[in-house]
Amino acid sequence: MPEISSRPGPALPAQAPGASAITLNGLSFDFEGRPIFRDLDLAIPGGRTTCILGPSGCGKSTLLKIIAGTPHYAFSGSVRFEEGADAAVSWMSQNDLLLPWLSLLDNVLLGARLRGELGPERRDKALALVREAGLAGSEDKLPAALSGGMRQRGALLRTLMEERPVILMDEPFSALDALTRVRLQNLAAKLTSGATVVLVTHDPMEALRLGHRIVVLGGSPARVMEIVEPEGRTPREPGAELAALYAQLLARLMNAEAA
Amino acid sequence: MNALRPMTLTLGLVGLWQLLVTLTEVPPYILPGPLPVARAMAAHLPVLAGHLGTTLTEILLGLGLGTLLGSSAALAMILSPLLKRWMLPVLVASQAIPVFAMAPILVLWLGYGMASKVAMAVLIIFFPVASSFYSGMRRTDADLLELARIMDARPLKVLTCIVVPSALPSFAAGLRVATAVAPIGAVVGEWVGSSRGLGYFMLHANARMQIDLMFAALTVLAAASLSLYFLVDRLLDRLVFWQPKDAGQ
Repeated sequence: MPEISSRPGPALPAQAPGASAITLNGLSFDFEGRPIFRDLDLAIPGGRTTCILGPSGCGKSTLLKIIAGTPHYAFSGSVRFEEGADAAVSWMSQNDLLLPWLSLLDNVLLGARLRGELGPERRDKALALVREAGLAGSEDKLPAALSGGMRQRGALLRTLMEERPVILMDEPFSALDALTRVRLQNLAAKLTSGATVVLVTHDPMEALRLGHRIVVLGGSPARVMEIVEPEGRTPREPGAELAALYAQLLARLMNAEAA
Repeated sequence: MNALRPMTLTLGLVGLWQLLVTLTEVPPYILPGPLPVARAMAAHLPVLAGHLGTTLTEILLGLGLGTLLGSSAALAMILSPLLKRWMLPVLVASQAIPVFAMAPILVLWLGYGMASKVAMAVLIIFFPVASSFYSGMRRTDADLLELARIMDARPLKVLTCIVVPSALPSFAAGLRVATAVAPIGAVVGEWVGSSRGLGYFMLHANARMQIDLMFAALTVLAAASLSLYFLVDRLLDRLVFWQPKDAGQ
C-alpha cells in the first residue's frame, strides 16, 4: 500500500500563541452502560487542524464534548492541554445555534454580549470579519432571512470572535450543499490558521481538505484505526492530487473496517 | 380574504339566530331576535359604553397584574431550585380549586369595587402565564446553554439574552390563553357582587325582564373580548416574531 503520510513540511502555518497541543491519556467513557472508549490515547498537535474521522455513532462527537469539558460527561483518564489553559476553547456545531431574535452581527457578537464585553472595538472586529466572510450588507438581517450557508458562516464568525487558540468543531459543514461546503471549508481554513483545531467529520473528503492530521476512529469501543498526515497546504484544492488521496484513504477505511 | 371570513361567520350566525327565532316562535322574553337586540343596544349605547369601560378596566388591570405576577413566579422558580420545589406543587394544587368558588370570598374580602374583580381575573390567568413561561424557560436548547458555558457567559446574561427570549414563544401562547379567559374572571366577579360593569348590567336587566338588553350587553362583551384577543394575538405575533408559525401560514 502506498504511503500517504509525510512529515509536516514548510507549508504549515505558524502556531498561534496559546494554540496548545492536547493529549488524551487512557480515556474511558461509558454511555448508558455501553463502552464508548476504553483506554483511548490520542495526541492532538498544537497549532494544527486535526480531523477526527469516523462513522456516525462511533463516539467522535462525545470525544469533542469531553475535550470541551462539558458537564455530565463523566470519563476516566486525562485530557491535558499542554499549555495549561484548558478553558480557552471555542465551539462550533452542525446546528448553527444562531439566536433567531438577534441580527447576524449581534449573533457574531454573542460571546462578548454574554460576558458583558460589548464595545466599539469588538463591534469593529466583528464587522471586519463579516466583510471578510462575504456577508457585508447582511449584518442587520435576522437568521431566518439568511441561507443555510450564510447562517453557518455566521456561526463560524461567532466562533472566531472568541479568539480562543483551541477551536472545537463538530460536523460544522455537514448540513450544507457541496459547493457551499467547499467555500466554507476554504474560509475556515484561512481564518483558523495557526490555531489548534479539532474537527469532527464523517466525510473523508472534508478531512482531507482541512486536516494536517487525520485520526480515523472506528470499532466499539472506539479506537484509533489510522493516523494519516497528508502533505501540502490546507485547504487542499480539489484536483487529481486530492482525488488520489481520497481513493487511498477510502481504501484504508474499507480495509480497516474489514479487519 | 382575512376580513371577509369573520364577517361572513358573524352574518351567518346572526342569520341562524333569526331563523331560530322565526321558526320556533319562541317568546321574546326567552330569546329575542337580532333586531330587537340591536335596537336595545342603540337605545342604551352610552350606558352600555360606561359599563363596558368598567369591565374592560378590570380585564386589563387583571391581565397586567396577572402577567406580572405569573412571570415573576416563573422567573423565581427558574432562579431558585429551592423555591421551585416549594412553589410548583402549590401552583398545580391551586388549579384544583375552582376559581369561581373563590368569587364570593374575594368579594367578601375585597369589597364590591373593582379590586375583587381584578383579583378574580388575576387568579384565573396566573396559572397559564406562570406555567407557560416556566416550561418555556425550562426547555431552553441545551446546546445553546452549553455554547454559553464555553463562552464563559455571566449567568444573568444567559438568563436575559438566551433563556428568557427562548421562552417568549411559549409565554406568548400562555398570554393568549390568559387574554381569552380574563373576561370570564371579571364578569363572574361582577355577578357575585358589584354596582358597575357589564356583568352587573346583565344581572340587572335580567331581573327586570329586559332580555333584549341582556343580550345587547352579552353581544358587547363578546365583541370586546374578541377584539382584545385579536389585538393581543397580533401584537404578540409582531413582538415575538421568532415563534414557530402555523403550518398553514
